[in-house]
Order: sequence, then C-alpha cells, then structure tokens
Amino acid sequence: MTELTRLSASEIAAAIASGEISAVEVAQVHLDRIAAVNERVHAFLHVDREGALAAARVVDAKRANGERLSSLAGVPLALKDVFVQKGVPTTCGSRILEGWRPPFDSTVVRRLRDAGVVVLGKTNMDEFAMGSSTENSAYGPTRNPWDLGRIPGGSSGGSSAAVSSYQAPLGIGTDTGGSIRQPAAVTGVVGVKPTYGGVSRYGLVAFSSSLDQAGPLARTVLDAALLHEVIAGHDPLDSTSIDAPVPPVAEGARIADVSGLRVGVVKELSGEGYQAGVEQRFREAVELLAKLGADVIEVSCPHFVYALPAYYLIAPSECSSNLARFDGMRYGLRVGDDGTRSTEEVMALTRAAGFGPEVKRRIMLGTYALSSGYYDAYYGQAQKVRTLITRDFDRAFESVDVLVSPTTPTTAFTIGERVDDPMAMYLADLCTIPANLAGNAAMSLPCGLAPEDGLPVGLQIMAPTLADERVYRVGAAVEAALRDVWGHPLLEEAPSL
Amino acid sequence: MAITRAEVGHLARLARIDLGEEELDHFATQLDVIIGAVARVAEVAADDIPPTSHSVPLTNVLRDDEVGPCLSHEEVLAAAPAAEDGRFRVPRILDEE
Repeated sequence: MTELTRLSASEIAAAIASGEISAVEVAQVHLDRIAAVNERVHAFLHVDREGALAAARVVDAKRANGERLSSLAGVPLALKDVFVQKGVPTTCGSRILEGWRPPFDSTVVRRLRDAGVVVLGKTNMDEFAMGSSTENSAYGPTRNPWDLGRIPGGSSGGSSAAVSSYQAPLGIGTDTGGSIRQPAAVTGVVGVKPTYGGVSRYGLVAFSSSLDQAGPLARTVLDAALLHEVIAGHDPLDSTSIDAPVPPVAEGARIADVSGLRVGVVKELSGEGYQAGVEQRFREAVELLAKLGADVIEVSCPHFVYALPAYYLIAPSECSSNLARFDGMRYGLRVGDDGTRSTEEVMALTRAAGFGPEVKRRIMLGTYALSSGYYDAYYGQAQKVRTLITRDFDRAFESVDVLVSPTTPTTAFTIGERVDDPMAMYLADLCTIPANLAGNAAMSLPCGLAPEDGLPVGLQIMAPTLADERVYRVGAAVEAALRDVWGHPLLEEAPSL
Repeated sequence: MAITRAEVGHLARLARIDLGEEELDHFATQLDVIIGAVARVAEVAADDIPPTSHSVPLTNVLRDDEVGPCLSHEEVLAAAPAAEDGRFRVPRILDEE
C-alpha cells in the first residue's frame, strides 16, 4: 500500500497546498487502491475515475494560479449513492433506479465541488438507506475490512468500509436512525450526525424526511469536522435547513479539552442485550473522560426505551409516502408495459420488481400505520413519544453538557445472520435513534476492540441541538488520550488488505 | 395476531406493490412480529402530550416568485422509460369502453 492513502485528510490537504504533492497524484493513488481492494470489500458501486481526475486537475490549476485553496482542496471522498450527482449513476442501492443518471446536483455535491473535494465515486448502501448492514443493497453486500465475513454497518456501510480500508480518507453518509454512527462504530472510524437541518437535504433521495441528515465519516475527529464545515450551512432549496451560523466544529476539534465538562451516562442505554466487550470498552472510555477532568454523572432518559418502536412507526410512515414517487412513469425502471396493462398495473409490477424485501416491508408497515382507524394508535402516538424523548434530552442537558452511551449494543455481526429476522436487525439502531427523533447532534468515535472478538466498539457522544462543536471537542479529547494509550490509531490494528 | 394475510394483501394493493402468494405469507408473518413490537408505544401515557412532526420548529418557508433557470425538455425526458412528442408516454389510465 502507498503511504499516501494512510494520511489524514488534513495532512493530504496541507501537502497539496504546500506543493509537496499534486491533487492528481493523490486521486490516482486512491483510484489504484480502489482497484486493488474494492473487489473484496465492495464499498463502491460506481467509480468515477474521469470525474475524480478532472476535479483534481482543477485544484492543481488553482494552486498553480496562486488561488487560495479551501481546507480540504484535493482530498478524495467516497459519496453515499443516495446523493444525486449530475450525469453520474445514482441508484440508492435499488434496482428501481439502475442506470439512472440524474439531471442535477445535490447541494452536498455542489458544496464539495466548490471546496475542491475530489469525489471518487458512489458507495454501496442498504436500499434507500433502509437497513443496518448493507445487505439490503440490490447490488450485493459490502464487507467489513476488519473481517470480510462481517457486515460494515448500514445504511452508509459502503462509505464506512471505504474510509476504514483506506480507499478514501473521507466519506459522506446519511443518518436517519443511526446510518452514519453505527457503520462508523463497527468499522472503527469517526462518524457524525449533525443537528437536523444543519446540512441541506436538497438532492438527497428522501427516506424519512423529518429524520434524514447527511454527515461526515473520517479517520480522525478533525477531518470529520473539516468536512462537516464544508457541507453544512443554510440552503434556500431545503425548507428544513436551519438559517443559523454553522457551529464552530473544527474549533471544537482543536480545543480537545474536557476539563470541567459535565458528561452524562445514559442509564437506559446499557444492560440486557449489550455485548460484554462493548460495555467494557464503553466503561473504560467513561473512566478516561473522568481522568481527563470531566464530571461524570449518571442520568436517566426514561422514554428512550420507546425510541425504537416510535422510530419504526414514524420512519416507515414517511417512507411509504416518499417512495410513492417511484412509479415507473418519469424515470427509472418500468415493468410490464405491454400495451394491454393499465398504468396502475404497470406501477404495481414495477414496484414489485424494483424494490427489495426490506423496502416493501417498510412501505407496507407505513401504509398500515397511516391507515384510518390505526393512525391515532400508531403514527399519532409515536409522534407524542417523540415529544417525550425530546423532553428527556432537554431535561438531561439542563444538568450535563454532553451525553454518552455505546453507539451499538454489539460489534459487527456476520453477513446473513439477521437478514431473515427484521426485529433483530432493527436492534442495531437502539442507541442511535433517540438523537434522530430529537434532532440533536451525535458522534460515534472508536474506543477500542471488544476482547471477545477483536472488533471495533464505538463511543456515542450526544450534544444539544446546534451545539455540534461539543461532540467534536469531547471526541478529539478522547481520541488523543486513547492514541496515547494505544501508541497508534486503532485502525492500524485492522488486518491489511 | 396483529395483522392477517388478507390485510397484508390489502396494504400491498394500496401501496401498488404486486406481491406473489409466497411473499404475502412471508410478509404477513414478519409484519405481525414487527407490529407487535412497535405497538409498545401504546404503553406510554401521552394523552395530553402534543405530537412532534419535526425537530425544527417550522413555519412556511416562502420565496419570491421569480423565473429562474430550469431543466430543458430534453434533460427531463432523457431518463423517461417512454416518451413521445416531448411528453412522458404512460400506459392507459382510463378503463377501455
């Protein structure tokens, strides 16, 4: 492996800015790495070789002209295939969009381009972001670089696997119920769900609009913060975009100090169902926080135990409405249009052929939850529980600055283990869902390997709405302290591919 | 039993998904388990609690009605499964006489 692929994004950007290396060289080295390992990992669905090299040439030309470069200019990135990019295949991991080339750019893509970030290609995902393992992709699962027989998390598993296998220093994912944080946790990288409304959803193919949020994946906390700053900010094209300054997340990552900070351990996010090694590494991380000068207290968020059931009513309800647009009439797959069938019959055949089992399950679950007669008992009640979960957070943040928990109850499970048991699959999101329902910021940070299986464990750090800089501040402090303990970044313990 | 096979068939028709017999059986069993689990939200006493639809307080977001650049006919129809005379061609919508 070339050393260049081991550098952090900020190191790469500095080397390009100083003229030590060119952006084209950096892009080429990463394209070579993809060519060498992607067949085994299956992180990328589409590699945009020409587009990446062209974007890199633009950065090199700017530097040659003496123009000021952005903080991540020339740094390669793996983009989840749920963002539209003009002229580049966008599938959302679904057959129904196979071969579709969007006619416009998402805001995230536009901001990446404006910042000179080099998009290497589109990464694999659970179909329409529904899942926790990438096994729901119509194009086959992605594999965890720590153990190719295991899942890389989901739904942003392609991006987490690309970053953890050194195919890209940066990745973008989306997090509706944990789909950035859970993949980050099980592959040993940093993943952040910004405050809802912090990053524009324009051109992000919708799954559950009131929960979907884009965010960064990276190998260091500072890199995640720099990417966060590139993609965040108000966008008039997204009516839920927050019209407020972007939280100073890079500053938070550089402060990296927790002395005097009040850290709350969520009582409800532990116990039965949590793997022993996960709890052990989590406890050690909490002890480390105390040693670094944080005031650690236990807090109770009594309604968090209802977050999972509420989520699996709200998200499917919104999905059943959002996915109605895939009707085979204007773009994408059309099946059974033989001249005799009606539009309605063609739609039903198209959707039966184009959607996989999990998407069908969730559409029907949402249709059920929204049916007259059931609406109040299911969807309406779930929205009330959402209010109570938000109040739990509000009350907790009156006495602490951040909350912590494990990111996931277990380490990466094996491919195939949970595919026929949807409820077991849903449990992977147990700790991450509350922050989606309340909308506040949360990070997953690698905090060690579980002794029983040698697989990465994630520490989840949650901050109040629009206080995203706090998760970076705490994350960077823990990251630096753990690095001192280990003598190297955790990822260096992963088997080489 | 929270949900029957016949109800799943009805949901599939509402959602415009043409499910086979085997799929209906499979989904009925799974949806029954899932609905049984999510029904736990009923345990929460929440009669006087207002619902939350969004974590961000939303009012209508409006902009001036100004003509801006948009996609051309060709760009819009480029991805259509079938197009004719500058329009999307769709299967018949009305029943035959």
